Amino acid sequence: MLDITPTEWTAILLSLRVAAVATLMATPVGIALAWLLARRDFWGKSLLDALVHLPLVLPPVVTGYLLLLAFGRRGPLGAVLADYLGIVFAFRWTGAALACGVMSFPLLVRPIRLSIEAVDHRLEQAAETLGAAPWRVFATVTLPLSLPGVLAGMVLGFAKAIGEFGATITFVSNIPGETQTISSAIYSLIQTPEGDTAALRLVIVSIVIAVTALIGAEWFARRATQRLHGN
Amino acid sequence: MLRVDVTKQLGEFSIEASFASEGRVTGLFGASGAGKTSLINMIAGLLAPDRGKISLDGDVLDDTEKTIHLPAYRRRIGYVFQDARLFPHLSVRANLDYGRRMNGLAFDPAQLTRITELLDIGHLLDRRPGKLSGGERQRVALGRALLAKPRLLLLDEPLGALDESRRAEILPYLIRMRDEARIPMVFVSHDAAEMRQLATQIVMLKHGRVTSFGGVKVLSG
Repeated sequence: MLDITPTEWTAILLSLRVAAVATLMATPVGIALAWLLARRDFWGKSLLDALVHLPLVLPPVVTGYLLLLAFGRRGPLGAVLADYLGIVFAFRWTGAALACGVMSFPLLVRPIRLSIEAVDHRLEQAAETLGAAPWRVFATVTLPLSLPGVLAGMVLGFAKAIGEFGATITFVSNIPGETQTISSAIYSLIQTPEGDTAALRLVIVSIVIAVTALIGAEWFARRATQRLHGN
Repeated sequence: MLRVDVTKQLGEFSIEASFASEGRVTGLFGASGAGKTSLINMIAGLLAPDRGKISLDGDVLDDTEKTIHLPAYRRRIGYVFQDARLFPHLSVRANLDYGRRMNGLAFDPAQLTRITELLDIGHLLDRRPGKLSGGERQRVALGRALLAKPRLLLLDEPLGALDESRRAEILPYLIRMRDEARIPMVFVSHDAAEMRQLATQIVMLKHGRVTSFGGVKVLSG
């Protein structure tokens, strides 16, 4: 039964690529925002916090449609990016990565923020008295100590990105070989007569990927505790 | 010469302190809650005064009238905290080397040997802070602060977190540091016996105010 057909392989590999690119692009932004939310007080902080969490509470189809309006070929951001940088999102796998990145962003940011908050601020003060400028305090103390949280966030974000469906299909549709991820492939198969077995195969694949990611996140979280206790 | 003349409101509590000290070890003496830690946090640059001036050897560190507040990382003032605050993710060696790296100083193996011998921590270099005893941790913290080549060293109850026997273990090192390291120090304590052994000048602090200032004899006054 686990005879995976070439079309299914294409969808699996595309899903992995989309999720990997989405996670790698979102991580630096996520770290910066997590640090801002954890360590700084500024005007509009609650608003930024709400904005980060928005993809979690909005219907995915709304997020996808908003992305289409903004990053579509005629959208204000999409037109500029296409004309000046040659980056096109609409109906491309890059658009799927953008949608997955946005949808998984809240899950990525949360563990990073929590682990930055857990870093003892007194250690950062000690670093300062030893001559470390703020960005070096971040690079040599805050970031290394919150690294397990960063990795846990990346794993969770990746798992979410792999499973993303609503925003992706709204924004970039369901084109085999270009934007058809595991989720949208399953969706198509369920609507096809005789598609049940193939759908089930992909269901098993996505369960395996999700469980692996969760175990990975758990492992990183345990490492975080050890690291903070200096063992 | 360390000159401090500051006021700071911290909730209900206020500090209005002024003193100048040329002593090798300035002892900041007072009961807990007298404002000792807040005062040296201001000298370190971790806390900004509401009003006033702090200068070290003529260099202005804080001057609220001229809106000068030199950030802690540019003061070259070492700080040994009561709770050591070693970096848990770095080895003892990397902890000791941290200040040198951050200040862009050249690696000085002779200095490293001198300090590790002074504090008897040479055998700990490859350990992680989590594996050290309280006394060892505090000695490494002393070494880490000294190796950053500070112009002034602040010691905030460095013996406070240790039990009686450990205190007896560390105190001789502090006396050696005073006599050999040639770095002026501000030593904070509420223990008169420690003060007598270490300080050369005493600043008495009570409810955020300086009540007396002078040689070690003010402790008995």
